[in-house]
Formats: sequence, C-alpha cells, structure tokens
Amino acid sequence: MSLVRLRNVQKTYRSLQGADYVAVEGFDLAIEAGEFFCLLGPSGCGKTTVLKLVAGFESPTAGEILMGDTPVTGASRDRGVVFQGDDSLYGWLTAVENVEFGLRMRGVTKSERRDRAMRYLELVGLHGQQQKYPAELSGGMKQRIQIARALVNEPTMLLMDEPFAALDAQTRALMQQELVTVWRAMRTTVLFITHDIDEAVTLGTRIGVMRAGPRAAVKGVLDVSLNGARDRTDDVFLRYYRQVYEMIRDEVAKSNARAE
Amino acid sequence: MGCWWSRYGGYLVGFVSLFTLWHLAAVYLVGSVLFPPPSVVFRKAMVLLRNGVLIEHLWASVQRILAGFIAGSLLGIPIGLAMGSFRSLRKILEPYTEFLRFIPSVAMITVAVIWFGIGEASKIFLIVYTTIFIVILNTAAGVSAIAPNKIRAAQALGATRAQIFLHVALPATVPYILTGMRLAMANSFTTIVAAELIAANEGLGKMLWDGRMFMLVDDIFVSLVCLGLLGFAVDRMFRWSIYTFAGKYSPAT
Repeated sequence: MSLVRLRNVQKTYRSLQGADYVAVEGFDLAIEAGEFFCLLGPSGCGKTTVLKLVAGFESPTAGEILMGDTPVTGASRDRGVVFQGDDSLYGWLTAVENVEFGLRMRGVTKSERRDRAMRYLELVGLHGQQQKYPAELSGGMKQRIQIARALVNEPTMLLMDEPFAALDAQTRALMQQELVTVWRAMRTTVLFITHDIDEAVTLGTRIGVMRAGPRAAVKGVLDVSLNGARDRTDDVFLRYYRQVYEMIRDEVAKSNARAE
Repeated sequence: MGCWWSRYGGYLVGFVSLFTLWHLAAVYLVGSVLFPPPSVVFRKAMVLLRNGVLIEHLWASVQRILAGFIAGSLLGIPIGLAMGSFRSLRKILEPYTEFLRFIPSVAMITVAVIWFGIGEASKIFLIVYTTIFIVILNTAAGVSAIAPNKIRAAQALGATRAQIFLHVALPATVPYILTGMRLAMANSFTTIVAAELIAANEGLGKMLWDGRMFMLVDDIFVSLVCLGLLGFAVDRMFRWSIYTFAGKYSPAT
C-alpha cells in the first residue's frame, strides 16, 4: 500500500471578487514509503497547493487524500514541512531552540530534547551554531535549521516546498548533496516540490511532472534509477534531464503564454 | 573611557549645546524676565527641591502616569491579542476602538472630572484611556502580521491551538506590544499635563498653572524642564529594558 494517495483531488480558490480559480483538478498521485519523490512543474502550476493539501494546511474541494488508509484532515507531526522562505523560523528562539520546538510541545524533558536537537543540528552541519538566532545565520543555514527542526520530530514523511529556491547556486548544490546524504541515513519518505529539472534529477528517485495550471494534474511520472553520486556531466544524468525536459517544455510554454 | 565616550559622548554634546543655546538666546537675544536662562531655572529648581515642592509635584505626576499606564497596558494587551486572533471579535470590538480612539483624552478631561472628581481617579482614568487604544491597536496589528508559515510550521510540528497561541503568536507579537506601550507612554505625558492644568491639587501641570496665575515664570520653566527630562529618562529606560529583557524579540535581531 502506498504511504500517501491523492485520488481525484480538486482544489478551488475563490478570489475577493468572487471568481473561482481551479488550481488543481483530477489530481492523482501515489507516494511510496521510503522514496524521494520530486514534484516538478512550471511556476504557478499549483505545486505548492498540492503540498499544502498533503500537509493538511488546506483541505481539498473534492477528492480525497489518504495517509495509509486514514484521510488527511489537518496538519500533523506525521508530515514535517520545510518551507521555501525563512519566515517559518521563530526569530526569538536560538537555532537549537527552534529545532527543539516540536519536542518541547510534546513535553520531552529539557535535557533529552537538547540532546536530540544537537544530534540533528550536527546531522545538517550546524554544529557550533546552536546558540545563534536565525537572523544571525545565512540563508543556507536557516534552511538547515528548518530541515533539522522537521526531522528531529521523526515524521513519517518530509514535505519540502522549493526549500533551496532562494539560495545562491553554490549553496544550493551543496545543500542538495547534503540532503541526499541525510535522506540516505534516515530513509524518511520525501515529497519535494521544485521547478528546477536539474534539482529534480539530482535528488529524486521518482519525478512527477505537472501540467500547467489552472486545472493542473500530473502529466507523467518517471523513475530515476541512478545509484550513487549523481554527476551532472554523466550521460545517464543528461538522458534523464532531457526526458524530463521533453515532458515539461510544452507546459512551461503554456504557462508563460497564460501569464502574458 | 573611550567606550564611555562613544556611548554617551553624543548625548553629552547634545545636552551641553542645548543648554548653551538656551542661555545665549535668553541672555543676549531676548533679555527679559519672561525667558529665564538655564542658570536661573536651575537655582529655582534647587530651591524647590530643598523645600520639597518640586518632589511633591513630580511624584504626583509620575505616580499617575505609572498607575494609568500599567493598568491600561494590562487591559489593552489581552484585548488586542483577542482582537487579533478572532476575526468575529475584531468586528465586534472595532466600533469601540475606531470610535473612541478619535476622541482625544484631552477632550475626555471634562467628563472625567464630572465622573471622578478632581482626585486621583480622574487622572488615572485619563491615562488608562490614552494608553489602552494604542496598546490594543498595536497588539492586534502584531497578531495579524504573524507570517502564516510560522503557524503552519507549529501545526506540522504537532502544536495544539493553545500552544500555538502561547509559543508562537504571543512572542511574535512582543515587538508590536512594546512599540504600542512606548507610544502610549509619550501620550501619557501630554494627557497628564493637560489634566493637571485643568483640575489638580498637585503635579507638574498644576505647577505650570500656578506659575501662570502668580507670574512665577521661573517655576514654569522648572516644570517644563522636568517634563522634558522625565520623558527622556522614561523613554531611555523603556528602550533599555526592551533591549535587555526583550532584545531577542526585536525584529532587528
């Protein structure tokens, strides 16, 4: 059985003027336990909508979302979330206090949660930065705090909404490598939202390509069987890149045409 | 010494130049008993300090400001938090805040005196009145300015609604609350002087009024300088305590 299933999901937003916008429609997707699923799509296609639905921040207008065989009715610590920007971090807490947040809410004792938080800070490469406040840290480091904060809670699944999109190219490449290392160590199921083909091929074990919105759905899913370190200059890597590119090219064009 | 100078040197130069300019203007430009130079005001202040009159007036005003300001903040913060958290409550309470905040506290003096007499109660009522709306509005604005992702992150980390309020909404709002309180403090000074001018037996405003009645220009200036220094000192203390106790909540860090 799949870990998460989206069946015929539809999400409609109503604007202040009262007009309906159907962001996604007839959306079907199954995510298996332990996989690193990249959901790729042109900007504005409703990728983030899908993430919000899976996270339980919003509920679908129609269709159903199942986690195992229980319907998703709201946010839960089963599904940890890493957001794109840094506005989800708590500016009044230090790095380690941010990471401890979930454990503190559950009433884990101070010494135990400090131990666990420190282990995860180390895992994401933030050793020695634990007493700093988010504002004192770089964009990359702030994303590391978010990743550690989600993982220390031991979620069944990690939802990542373009977490590296705001970082510079070098930091992004480094963060991608480190995320793969962390994922290999943890084997947490990941749903990773991105608009970057390169990122999807670098990270994913499967890639789902979305159609341009409105009424977006999954256009196709591709298995990526690349083992070990993924090299951007490798032939196999490039073949996957081209394959995904072929799938998404028309959608990007459509999305741009609509924007104009 | 170098450290002391870099921290306070600017203030020292500022204050010395302020009093120098005042002295020059009073002695060489105006040259009238109606505008006494700082030395005369200082000597008068010493006399009033020694006979206890100044302390009495000063303490009366400070006491009223503190009592009203603390009560107003203690009432305003929870109301603001509630208004920011619940849209329906906001709609119910907005007519009160939006209507009353445009009636200046100075305009309420007459009513306050009729209701509460010229004693402490009317002054404290006025300071509460002047404090509460600024604190409510700033607190409510702070709650609605919280980034939705801060709330979502807490939900995904397993926090309950009560925990989100206590551990996310409240601390995220602290800078707004403190800003509201600082603004309210400045307004309290205006209000207390106006109230004491009209109806009081002691206080810095009463001192101003008596000075006008009996043509004690030096007394008027002592009162004015006290207001300035008191306001400056209180605002610094406020900033210092924000920095010390709530520095980590400030948006700058």
